[in-house]
Amino acid sequence: MNAVETALAGIGRSALQVLAVLGRVTLFSLHSFSHMVRPPFYPREFGAALLQIGWLSLPVVGLTAIFTGGALALQIYSGGARFNAEAVVPQIVAIGMVRELGPVLVGLMIAARVTSSIAAEIATMKVTEQIDALTTLSTHPMKYLVAPRVLAALITVPLLVGVGDIIGIMGGYTVATRNLGFNTAAYLQNTVSFLEARDIISSLVKGAFFGVIAAIMGCYYGMRSGRGAQGVGSATKGSVQSAAILILAANFVLTGVFFTQ
Amino acid sequence: MIALHDVHKTFGSNPVLRGVTLEIASGTSMVIIGGSGTGKSVTLKCILGLVTPDKGTITLDGQDVTKVEREAFLARFGMLFQGAALFDSLPVWQNVAFRLLRGRLRKPRAEAREIAIEKLRRVGLTPDQADKFPAELSGGMQKRVGLARAICAEPEIIFFDEPTTGLDPIMAGVINDLIREIVTEMGVTAMTITHDMSSVRAIADDVAMLHDGVIKWNGPVSDMDNSGDPHLEQFIHGRAEGPIEAVR
Repeated sequence: MNAVETALAGIGRSALQVLAVLGRVTLFSLHSFSHMVRPPFYPREFGAALLQIGWLSLPVVGLTAIFTGGALALQIYSGGARFNAEAVVPQIVAIGMVRELGPVLVGLMIAARVTSSIAAEIATMKVTEQIDALTTLSTHPMKYLVAPRVLAALITVPLLVGVGDIIGIMGGYTVATRNLGFNTAAYLQNTVSFLEARDIISSLVKGAFFGVIAAIMGCYYGMRSGRGAQGVGSATKGSVQSAAILILAANFVLTGVFFTQ
Repeated sequence: MIALHDVHKTFGSNPVLRGVTLEIASGTSMVIIGGSGTGKSVTLKCILGLVTPDKGTITLDGQDVTKVEREAFLARFGMLFQGAALFDSLPVWQNVAFRLLRGRLRKPRAEAREIAIEKLRRVGLTPDQADKFPAELSGGMQKRVGLARAICAEPEIIFFDEPTTGLDPIMAGVINDLIREIVTEMGVTAMTITHDMSSVRAIADDVAMLHDGVIKWNGPVSDMDNSGDPHLEQFIHGRAEGPIEAVR
């Protein structure tokens, strides 16, 4: 086999591996969704997941959004000044936060905070035989561990995105009105009048997709963890990497769906 | 009765079980011994359906375990895992009463807690341990909680996976005595896997030795010392020389 054939074989093997992983993730996702709608349900686990994924993520989402909104206002003001367009700060902050930065940054923060935590927790449960213990106690691990987390992410991440959008806009508003000389009432008026329903819907839909991706990746890598500390570490790393890449890829696709005429 | 017939299981290129055939009569305590990595845990997991055999049949009271209704089947079993496998996120009493808080055996919360505390008492733990989390307990206490969880729903069959591993000799003795008492008192069928010979002598009615993926010897514990089987003799006396290779 010559060098070209060897290289092609390597590419082929990698492509097959990627397709196999995609197939496994797809099947895992379908299983998760089927367990979400079929009893038994575990309301306590669902409540705990709502708290963990939604409520406890609020500080990190809020801080990320406020600093991003503030920085965005400064950048647009400074960049806009090059062609005398400083006045567009409220509109660009609003559209930038709601259409792109809000959902993407919240998605990535959720991937960092929630996906890693889910993957590490489930992987540790796997290596310490807690998953086997669940099965012997007549409890399906997909129903007890995966379905509540995926459903909680599906519900809470769009809400977090909505909160992040508002906080980000308020970050821009604070910087613009305190440091850049914008009128408070005019800033809010421009923001509200510029945003369309489609912008807000796209933001929330993106949030729902990103939430599901983050939760599924955490659960998938956790359930497939190898043995020992190295297995848990690899599962956690893999889950965050995959969730982040899939969130960015999904963002590209969804932006195309919503905003390509 | 649990019956395994010609059970095979291979992981990758490693054949772990190469034709295990074994019967465990109802109400008896069977202990499977064998070196590390000989497939004892895999055998147990095959019976529970946690691992699917490549070949062979496993029956419980004549019914193929792969064809029974899973929840009803698993409801007949209790299991003590090697590391106890307690759920870190739940307090001790909820670990013990896990089965009683959900599924078809569900009971009111207060009643489930009461039963859990009674089972904790049965394994020698005081009620003030009930609200602690597993991480706050010593290894021996975790094993006892695991034992309490295994017996909480009054199963017909209990599996013990290396019940004394990692415990000091006194605590190992306590756990062995508890297992023997519970098995006798509840009249359950018990299956224990271990390589601790003091556990074997304390717990077993019958002993089976697993080596190279097959049962090398099987008989009453009273016959174990005079079996004449070189594999079993090497194992129970812990000799480095013999048919079992020391380096595997």
